[in-house]
Amino acid sequence: MSIDLFFQYIVAGITYGTIYAVVAIGFNIIYNATGIINFAQGEFVMLGGMTAVTLYQFLPLPAAILAAVLITMAIGGLIEVLFIRWLHRPSVLRMIIITIGISILLREVALHIWGEGVRALPYFTGTATTAVSLGGVFVSPQVIWAVGVSAVAVLLLNVFFSYTLLGRQMRACSANRDAARLCGIHARNMVTLSFMLSAAIGALGGCVVSPITYVQYDSGTPLAIKGFTVAILGGLGNSLAAIAAGMILGMLESFSIWVLPAAYKDVISIAILLFILFVRPSGIFGSAETSRLKEF
Amino acid sequence: MTSRSLSVLAFAGVIVTIQLVTKATGSEYHLTQLTMTAYYSLLTIGLCMLVGYAGQISIGHAGFFAIGGYVAAYLTTHDFSAQSGSVPLSLLSALGVLVKRPDLYGGDLLTFHPWAAFVTALALTIIVAYLVGGPVLKLKGHYLAMATLGFGIIVYRIVLGTTALGAADGITNVPGFAVVPGIEVSGKTSLRVVNYYTAWGIVAVSMVLLMNLQHSRVGRALASIHGAEDAADAMGIPTASYKLKIFVLSAVFASVAGILLTHYNAGIGPSEASVMKSVRYVAIVAIGGMANLWGVLCMSLLLNYLSLRGYLGSFDDAVFGAILILIMLFAPEGFLRRQIIGDIKGFLSRRSGEREAS
Repeated sequence: MSIDLFFQYIVAGITYGTIYAVVAIGFNIIYNATGIINFAQGEFVMLGGMTAVTLYQFLPLPAAILAAVLITMAIGGLIEVLFIRWLHRPSVLRMIIITIGISILLREVALHIWGEGVRALPYFTGTATTAVSLGGVFVSPQVIWAVGVSAVAVLLLNVFFSYTLLGRQMRACSANRDAARLCGIHARNMVTLSFMLSAAIGALGGCVVSPITYVQYDSGTPLAIKGFTVAILGGLGNSLAAIAAGMILGMLESFSIWVLPAAYKDVISIAILLFILFVRPSGIFGSAETSRLKEF
Repeated sequence: MTSRSLSVLAFAGVIVTIQLVTKATGSEYHLTQLTMTAYYSLLTIGLCMLVGYAGQISIGHAGFFAIGGYVAAYLTTHDFSAQSGSVPLSLLSALGVLVKRPDLYGGDLLTFHPWAAFVTALALTIIVAYLVGGPVLKLKGHYLAMATLGFGIIVYRIVLGTTALGAADGITNVPGFAVVPGIEVSGKTSLRVVNYYTAWGIVAVSMVLLMNLQHSRVGRALASIHGAEDAADAMGIPTASYKLKIFVLSAVFASVAGILLTHYNAGIGPSEASVMKSVRYVAIVAIGGMANLWGVLCMSLLLNYLSLRGYLGSFDDAVFGAILILIMLFAPEGFLRRQIIGDIKGFLSRRSGEREAS
């Protein structure tokens, strides 16, 4: 393998790793607030990308993306209010099946609105063939956009959770819901907010990577399972570790093309998921002791 | 006469009535979809034991269906004559595993006998189910769901990406399966009625087996695992081994369904392994009442038939998604339950109780 090819694989790994990390962070936000794994997380990414492509016909690119993120955010909130908010202490099995149902409905709605076609936003700067040289390695500017925007989004999210009143209220709810309620925090609204935030970051991720990876009505499920792999790899609920884990999975997948046909790319990442679940469900960065206390 | 044999008799009555009605009205073409429905039902009643009775979710059972179907299809269509001189091949011929049959173009194909393919496919399914089930069933809740989903996607990706298995086209021209002389599982129009009764006969026998299992020591153990696994463990029930056994059993049901349906349809495609199929089976178990074999069978008959006849149109998958959500929102214990009236009463009284409390 030439050194050029080696770096190309790394760049591809980073690109895919970014989107996996974004999905994983979406999982974490909802998991932290509710203890639920939202199986429809991948659909938020798909919806964001699809909506942005449609809106781009009428709006300039930044406005289309912003609107797509807001719309997906509203859908995320609506889903929580309609399907989850009023349930009284639902069992884990029940929540799994409900979120799976939601993911199917979103996918089918997308199929009826957009059809089976593959869509993509245009490259934010330049074209598909433009390349920026980074110390001798040629990188598509869109990769820089995707990584940059995701990094900024994660940073903002961290600032939000650490320094704003609302973010701290959400954290209080995830730490101890009853205590938070005694302090006058409206726990249910925090859950709705977590769905909205999670949908928003998913949609943003969907927009920035869509020029490279394309979106289709059914691109949600593979993303969800890989995002989940990353979330587990990093330790469920730990968003910073999710970024590192995302990069690891992206790289592994990208380099797997070296040994196996590209058609089996998904097999690699899911096999990794199963392997982690079997040997270390607390993740490589998580602590085994705390995970034992959680209800998986 | 016990209520169990009564219900089987009633079921047989329904099956016969349906056939007589289609004969009387000259609409026997319905039997084709009804036969396919029977095989899908075989899978769902097996899954019902796992999800409903033992409380272990699996979103990957289409994977076992596909393993059965694909192995049977491959072994009965792949021409082994190129390797016919080799030692393992001559050994297999000597055992009568390989048979010659004419292909479409007048040449000879050297393939596995359907029975040999059946046994191989089943054996492979059992091995895979043990290997996957062992570690997977240690997981609970979200992790179990994701792991089984992952297993399903792996099978789907493998059959979709492997050219020997026909990639996106799947395997076609699978021969019929003469189970015993006179009964052949195949899509021939002349054999439509025979196939209809064969398929539903297999379902009926399976129902009897599963009902007996459910009312046995094993069945009660499974129910206790569903109720409280730790408590069951403390009572001395080997929970891990029971969970694994019922997982393998449900995989066998799925595999048999896959094998027979592949012979019946004369082919199998990658869509049979898709996630949506697995979700669909869980949806049927959920709407059938989770731990209610007859409810699951009824719903499977109804929904698969509607879906296969195309009555659900392009909303096919959406209908199953909506069913899942509605059932889990409003009747998480399942829809078809004997004590449904008691539930409504309980629901109303709980509501008024809550109002008084608040």
